[in-house]
Amino acid sequence: MESTSETDLLSRVIRVVAKSQHMDASAIKPESTFAELGIDSLDGLQILFALEEEFGVSIPDDAGKEFNSIARVSGGIQMLLKAKSEPAPAS
Amino acid sequence: MRRVAVTGLGVISPIGLNSQEFWQSLLRGRSGIGPIESVNCDGLRFANAAEVRGFDPLLWLDAKQASQMDRSAQMAVAAAVQAVESSAIAFDPLRSAVVTGCSVGGQPTEDSVYRQLYEEKKTRFDPLTIPRIMGNAAASWISMRFGIQGPCFNVSTACASAAHAMGHAFWMIRSGSVDTALTGGTEAPITFSMLRGWEAMRVVAPDTCRPFSRDRRGMILAEGAAFFVLEDMGAARARGANIIAEICGFGMSADASHLTLPSSSGAALAMRQALEDARMPAADVGYINAHGTGTPANDPAEVRSIRSVFAAPPPISSTKSMHGHALGAGPALEALATVLALQHGVLPPTANFNEPDPDCDVDVIPNAVREQKARAALSNSFAFGGLNAVLAFRAF
Repeated sequence: MESTSETDLLSRVIRVVAKSQHMDASAIKPESTFAELGIDSLDGLQILFALEEEFGVSIPDDAGKEFNSIARVSGGIQMLLKAKSEPAPAS
Repeated sequence: MRRVAVTGLGVISPIGLNSQEFWQSLLRGRSGIGPIESVNCDGLRFANAAEVRGFDPLLWLDAKQASQMDRSAQMAVAAAVQAVESSAIAFDPLRSAVVTGCSVGGQPTEDSVYRQLYEEKKTRFDPLTIPRIMGNAAASWISMRFGIQGPCFNVSTACASAAHAMGHAFWMIRSGSVDTALTGGTEAPITFSMLRGWEAMRVVAPDTCRPFSRDRRGMILAEGAAFFVLEDMGAARARGANIIAEICGFGMSADASHLTLPSSSGAALAMRQALEDARMPAADVGYINAHGTGTPANDPAEVRSIRSVFAAPPPISSTKSMHGHALGAGPALEALATVLALQHGVLPPTANFNEPDPDCDVDVIPNAVREQKARAALSNSFAFGGLNAVLAFRAF
């Protein structure tokens, strides 16, 4: 079963970013920002796509704009996974 | 050196099916942007585009010809016929050119055949599939329609395609290699696969196109075609043609920096090249039809580039706020807006404008037309891939 504990999530995020950017995962730290990693806007789009595929979530455009560091990505994905696992409120 | 006259105009667009309708829409700030009708957008992050509504290809083509063309070629031929009729020109077959701008070719055809192949598991395609999809289809149909046997080709440089096409047609006439040209652009990119592709780029606004406005959220896709008759000024005068404007300069450059992020220095270089090509002082320019996509990235970069070329920038507007972003055909629709602005002495507005953005600090003619004569104007086009093309026109 998929684990969503914080550390597992973080290592999965780092793995996705590393794979999409053809980088060594050991070069990516939990506190790394995209700017530090040399990730630009087009790279960022590819990362959003890879994250959507990995976690089975849909990242809205506005939320995607905030995904500019490993910490923000992990936090954002965690929220999206939580929203996904909770049943939609009855309307 | 020869001068080059614009003597014929034609357009099929989301804001008008001829140049009079197109101009009336620009004057009224009437937008062609609305919910997409031709494609089911369930599950897409956006649902609006600027579609061409009410286009009947059979007004321009016989049923057999129409069936042999993709929508992109149908719209192109219709706009080209209008341009030729309004110019009342008779082409000398060997001294005339056709140069089109079309970036993505016959997308509606491509989308439909892939659906047949992968969804319906069809094992046999319509034999005209390839000639409908090819990017040069419009150029070829136009050459056949008017018997033009000189240079005939299509340029595909994404959202600068038609500007590169028109610039080269202009240069061929100015240099004397041909005397007349039928030139412009066409695009029909509103298909489910294209929409998915643009969705993934995260540059399409969920609401509408608000160029230079602080609350802008992106571009709006469009379809359409616009064509022009260009001819040697001397010949146009001699035959008593109705000269609408003069096309007098063309500049192009490459950013050589990033695939999708615009560089203001590359854009500025193309504007300078166009002015130099026209031998025109920057102070002559009284209007710029901006590339103005309405994306967060384009608009401030374009304003920086304009400020670097013009000590006192003229009024600018983005008519994409009304006719949307028609990719390869976009520069042709915008050149048409520019030529009509020079002809009528009225500057079209930037529609849907809510709030000034300090990063786009120029006069963008917000929301209302301005009665102001411009002696000359530029039309800017900056493509993904960092390819820039700028056309310069003079009022006649």
